[in-house]
Amino acid sequence: MGLATREAYGKALVELGKENENIVVLDADLSKSTKTADFAKEYPNRFINAGIAEQNLLGMSAGLARYGKVPFASTFAVFATGRAFEIIRNSICYPKANVKIAATHAGITVGEDGGSHQSIEDIAIMNSLPNMSLLVPADAKETNEIIKYAAKHVGPVYIRLGRLNSEDIFGDDYKFEYGKGVCLKEGDDCTIISTGLMSAMAKNACETLKEQGINVRLIHMPTIKPIDREIIEKAAKETKFILTCEEHSVIGGLGQIVASVTSETVPTKVIKLGINDVFGESATPKELLQKHGLSSENIVNIIKANI
Amino acid sequence: MYKKLQSHAINIRKNIVAMITESKSGHPGGSLSGVEILTYLYFKEMNINKDNLDSKERDYFILSKGHAAPVLYATLSEAGFIEEKELMTLRKLGSKLQGHPDSKKIKAIDVSTGSLGQGISNAVGVAIGAKIDNANSTIYTLLGDGELQEGLVWEALMSAAHYKLDNLVAFVDYNKLQIDGNNEDVMGIKPLDKKFESFGWNVITIDGHDFKQIEKALQSEKETKQKPTVIIANTVKGKGVSFMENNAGWHGSAPSIEQRDLALNELENMRKGCL
Repeated sequence: MGLATREAYGKALVELGKENENIVVLDADLSKSTKTADFAKEYPNRFINAGIAEQNLLGMSAGLARYGKVPFASTFAVFATGRAFEIIRNSICYPKANVKIAATHAGITVGEDGGSHQSIEDIAIMNSLPNMSLLVPADAKETNEIIKYAAKHVGPVYIRLGRLNSEDIFGDDYKFEYGKGVCLKEGDDCTIISTGLMSAMAKNACETLKEQGINVRLIHMPTIKPIDREIIEKAAKETKFILTCEEHSVIGGLGQIVASVTSETVPTKVIKLGINDVFGESATPKELLQKHGLSSENIVNIIKANI
Repeated sequence: MYKKLQSHAINIRKNIVAMITESKSGHPGGSLSGVEILTYLYFKEMNINKDNLDSKERDYFILSKGHAAPVLYATLSEAGFIEEKELMTLRKLGSKLQGHPDSKKIKAIDVSTGSLGQGISNAVGVAIGAKIDNANSTIYTLLGDGELQEGLVWEALMSAAHYKLDNLVAFVDYNKLQIDGNNEDVMGIKPLDKKFESFGWNVITIDGHDFKQIEKALQSEKETKQKPTVIIANTVKGKGVSFMENNAGWHGSAPSIEQRDLALNELENMRKGCL
């Protein structure tokens, strides 16, 4: 197991803080969980704790961006996108403020804290906002790349990070390309399009399927908005069907985004694996993933049933 | 002593009435109540001009009560930041003068506002940025009294005191009225001074239409260190137009052509009276 993406985020911030004096980091009393505490220790005069006040966390970030700073604001995904939604809309996206929202503890792998803290709708909410870029890394290396990219990108960015340690899938030479899907495995029987921690599971599933003679194309999608239409359309043309995998509601998530691309240009069957319009609950992350069918075994079963 | 400012204020009031009549929609009441505050800030107080907008070493103004956009537009026109003829495009398709201030469209507008409570929170962020850079900037913001009912305002007030932002000055345009009527009938906000004090702010209460009192308040603000300052400005909603004064009905409705002419006439007579 590699580092959790939230931990990779904390480390990337410290590196960035050294290179760029304009980086400021804000948190809402969760700096030990979101891992911004590392930055706070290193650069105390550029760390602002908003206290338990997510609306002001994002409102102050917009003001700092107006002043020419590059603010990274962190809290749990459920509070950033839920509690503070309208501040993200009107203070950040509407004026195109240069704010980076790095939201941790996204998805059901928050685990024991339960459904109140498990964000299953943040991709849907953030994807609906004009001017927003939406990035979801799969592992620690990609998180580092994405955080460094976000600091250079001019405009609002939402970065979806997880609590759970994630399997490393990228080597040191990996370079993140904004707006591009990453083909992790070629294949022409069918296609899996995945994001976040599901990409590692999908990768393992593809290996199992290959041993059984099924050749799956695997596309990891680190940029959800703007979506890479080209790679989706190509997969839709060249393979029999698409399975999307995400730790998010099937409503408004990657699956619907992919389906909306194919339905316009290359009508294709799109099967969506995700959270089926229900809230989460308390359990270990592993138990929850299993319960919702977010596993390599289930991906193998779905592909075999549909091929 | 304040004749020049009074003359600017009358021009600004006339343009507020004219532009809202032309657009057939907008918020005259809360625009007219803030005229002296914006006039004083843009003509006497703030270090801001067309040439230093890109500089960090300047002052900032954020209209937290964004629906009072006409007073901001009319003041920016009077101060030469936007052309006067543009005022008559208010709220029309393709106009830079959106219903609520849009920083993407007008360079002199520091922050887009309109959703209440967000401007003060943004102002805290700008003030923290200026503190980090040790910049010689003061950040001014104008809040509505009804706006104080938004929870975000109090989050922002708490953080401004916590971070000891003595470079932040908030005015409250305390005209006592909001859309549904008196503040105290809709959702009581009293006692305002004590609320701000208990949140760690330096509090000054003035008549918000008296330039002398505005001047004195801003002078005393400069002597206050380690604390943000709020200037509670007692004002009259619709100030300067007799039939609009103290009438909640003029919060968000446009005058007819006849009402406009009546108002412009009154304001011109007021100029004769004070000059």
